[in-house]
Amino acid sequence: MFKLPVYMDNNSTTRTDPRVLEAMMPYFTEKFGNSASRNHAYGWETEEGVDLAREQVASIINASSKEIIFTSGATESNNLAIKGVAAMYKKKGNHIISASTEHKAVIDPCMRLERDGCKVTFLPVDKFGLVSPQQVADAITDKTILVSIMAANNEIGTVHPMKEIGAICKAKGVLFHTDATQAVGKIPMDVEDMGIDLLSMTAHKMYGPKGIGALYVRRKDPRVRLDAMLDGGGHERGMRSGTLNVTGIVGMGMAAEICRKELHSESERLLKLRNRLHEGISSKLEDAYLNGHPIHRLPGNLNISFAFVEGEGLMMGIKDVAVSSGSACTSASLEPSYVLKALGLGDELAHSSIRFGLGRFNTEEEVDFVINDVVRAVNHLRDMSPLYEMHRQGIDLKTVQWAAH
Amino acid sequence: MAYSTKVLEHYNNPRNVGSFDKDDPMVGTGIVGAPECGDVMKLQIKVNPLTGLIEDAKFKTFGCGSAIASSSLATEWVKGKSLDAALGIRNTEIVEELALPPVKVHCSVLAEDAIKAAIKNLQDKQANAPQTVNS
Repeated sequence: MFKLPVYMDNNSTTRTDPRVLEAMMPYFTEKFGNSASRNHAYGWETEEGVDLAREQVASIINASSKEIIFTSGATESNNLAIKGVAAMYKKKGNHIISASTEHKAVIDPCMRLERDGCKVTFLPVDKFGLVSPQQVADAITDKTILVSIMAANNEIGTVHPMKEIGAICKAKGVLFHTDATQAVGKIPMDVEDMGIDLLSMTAHKMYGPKGIGALYVRRKDPRVRLDAMLDGGGHERGMRSGTLNVTGIVGMGMAAEICRKELHSESERLLKLRNRLHEGISSKLEDAYLNGHPIHRLPGNLNISFAFVEGEGLMMGIKDVAVSSGSACTSASLEPSYVLKALGLGDELAHSSIRFGLGRFNTEEEVDFVINDVVRAVNHLRDMSPLYEMHRQGIDLKTVQWAAH
Repeated sequence: MAYSTKVLEHYNNPRNVGSFDKDDPMVGTGIVGAPECGDVMKLQIKVNPLTGLIEDAKFKTFGCGSAIASSSLATEWVKGKSLDAALGIRNTEIVEELALPPVKVHCSVLAEDAIKAAIKNLQDKQANAPQTVNS
């Protein structure tokens, strides 16, 4: 048997791998030194730990350890990359290109820059959530200094063609940043092959601890420079001052190391589990629609809209399963997910979506339990859904005049 | 966000789920909300032609747990009431009974609107077909 509720929200965060915790433990106890203390053994041993972790983190994206800047997480990495480039290259231009389905940690820094005089183009996506390389090429102007396109989407798992976008940026002499928070450790990421200049990542999405992340900053061809946001002791090549979070860094290093070694077998296993979940649900329920790309998507991500059922109501019905919904019934705006809306999905289907995030610790038994629980709850809620009743009566819901409130 | 035990209770054991024939002259049907807002409530009342009291009520709701609980509670409360008394049910009473948090107040508003819409539908029907109803 397994623990309830079943955790299937791994796009949100992941459980720390016990091997990661084990690697971190000594740095909470006997190895407590400041890695910047150059004149005694306490400093040396923690510096050694940090150096190893930097290698491990660099390896997973085929970078050099000198190109890794440790941060507090992907939000900080995204802010540093976008604002740091905008400030450093402002004489060159003020135009940034991004996408409408980016995480808020990319969209909001861009919007702040827009208020401060930058121009930002948020490219629309197709029905699968993809931005095409051609769209990027067409949007680049002589004022463009940065393209920021996420590697994989956090809600729908859609994976962008990094290599093609990177090649366009390189050809046009524009820096290419990617928010790879969801991608690193899940799918192969290679900054050389993909032509990436800046890459944001975080430990807690790959079975490491929360509160630690990294920004990859290319050192040659071209050498990327950033205006720092935190000034102080000049840590991390002056780009991010502050005493290093040694325990977190060591944990992130180990997490990256495990992901790098197990990526192939793990993604294969997760893909099998996801297909089992998807087929199990679709074979038992009508009108369950996949959101995101059918092929170009993260192996562990499944996002489904259950027509005629509201997502938050459904989550309440599957209380033994921890997932998330694109419905925003709890927020004051009543606006559903902007990512799902960007796909051209009607608000009603956006309200009906559930994101299943499979991860390292999920099992086949859990998947089967989730299938049964979801099918039961959807049927129960459809029995009390006026929309389902109308649908059964052959009424086209789009033709109904709703009394909006 | 944690739900109140009363919301959970109604969600798990919703009262009066179902539908009446909307063409029945003694049935009033109210449909409020919109799918794009994430809530649609259908509330129906059935009035006893002799007493003029609401003898039965049914609902179907597309929405979150609080919306389902609000409509379930509304059907319970209208039963046995005159139309005037049912019109007196306020959303604030639903909020209080279900301990709804501020972000869920709109669910109670919708339930109050659904009651009013069902009563109005019945009255409109009766005004248009006075020979079938004598209350």
